Amino acid sequence: MITKRIIPCLDVRNGRVVKGVNFEGLNDVNSPVELADYYSRCGADELVFYDITASSDGRKLFTDILCETAKKVFIPLTVGGGINTTEDFDRVLKCGADKVSVNSGAIRNPSLINEAAKLYGDQCVVISADVKRVDGVFRVFAKGGRENTGMEAIEWIKRCVGNGAGEVVLNSIDTDGVKKGFDLEMLDAVCNAVSVPVIASGGAGCIEDFITLFKTLPKVDAGLAASIFHFGEVSIKDLKQSLANENINVRIQR
Amino acid sequence: MTAIIDYGVGNLFSLTCSFDAIGEKAVVTSDPEVIKKAGRIILPGVGAFGDAAEKLRKSGLDRVLKEEVAKGKPLLGICLGMQLLFEKSYEYGEYEGLGLIEGEIKPIADVIPADYKIPHIGWNALIFRNDDGGLFRYIKEGDFVYFVHSFYAAGCEKDTAAVAEYGAPLTAAVVKGNVYGTQFHPEKSGDVGLAILRAFCEREGPLC
Repeated sequence: MITKRIIPCLDVRNGRVVKGVNFEGLNDVNSPVELADYYSRCGADELVFYDITASSDGRKLFTDILCETAKKVFIPLTVGGGINTTEDFDRVLKCGADKVSVNSGAIRNPSLINEAAKLYGDQCVVISADVKRVDGVFRVFAKGGRENTGMEAIEWIKRCVGNGAGEVVLNSIDTDGVKKGFDLEMLDAVCNAVSVPVIASGGAGCIEDFITLFKTLPKVDAGLAASIFHFGEVSIKDLKQSLANENINVRIQR
Repeated sequence: MTAIIDYGVGNLFSLTCSFDAIGEKAVVTSDPEVIKKAGRIILPGVGAFGDAAEKLRKSGLDRVLKEEVAKGKPLLGICLGMQLLFEKSYEYGEYEGLGLIEGEIKPIADVIPADYKIPHIGWNALIFRNDDGGLFRYIKEGDFVYFVHSFYAAGCEKDTAAVAEYGAPLTAAVVKGNVYGTQFHPEKSGDVGLAILRAFCEREGPLC
């Protein structure tokens, strides 16, 4: 059977990994290439690289880093951040990315998903949605969680999947950085709305949070986190062993 | 030297890097002369079957591949490259493949339960079946490899080296003489995948 995936996320700015709490107060953590290699050896099932650089210099640095990583790390790599056109897809796919996640780029230009899916296949296109409750309604936020688009999130995600997105990363702004567990209510709503894989993001603070995630919502395919892995609060090896002990199907390396 | 066939389908960066990682020389090429001089051949591929089969035919590479295989040269098809080894595919139409292995490519949806997600994407365990032709000599049954596919090879039981369980046993690897195929991506399957590529690289055919 297919395993639940554990995915460390590396936010990269100017060639270094950073992680913000509620998207603010960024800290420089480590070298992306070293971290990626380390995680791969620890049993990470996939890696997500988010380019949070705005400048073209930073972008060049990011693709260089991506290439360096792809030369050393032989697990699936997903890239996001600054993806606005199919040329951006091309740029990162040539550097070793397997999947490309779009967020603000798809909000600005909803046909982006459709165009990219036609060129590279559905399996290559990931919709990443930053979602926050506003007056009891799930709303899609843009620009790294700073701008409320006013769009209702479940409808937006359904539309993206209908256009060809092959996977959904759901990042709950409400639970992100709080470390009190994933946003189960929000995830449940998304899992019931789409039939493609759903990756939970935002809120993981300890191993128990992943166990709760997969036990409560068996439809969720993967759990994504950043700082708890980067700062060594949760080791991927221990996490996967704990999940296996709970009879959750994971890939254990021998 | 290994020839990685470039026929304009998919991204060969990771595949090339994986050969560097195992210390094997690999050349990305569409030149028949280079392919003839290679010790073995990799047929990669991502995308739609019909389009890929057409590109192989138009470039004449289909003929080159068949000739080299007939000479005894090892050929490994990966993902769509594996599917192209078969006789026929029903992916968005009906298309002819290379016909090197008996069987047909059909939608996964035909055989798996309705509540299973499509594509079959992620890490799944290999269940060994018939002779692996040495491909799995450095790995163990139950090792995990990375899959991304919506179609599968059917009617090839006797040449099936491994399957993966996804509500139904899906063909994961085929071996027929010097023709090998993996539905999964060895270049994205960590150390297990690299070990499979290393085993394949120990096979060598006539260099002419």
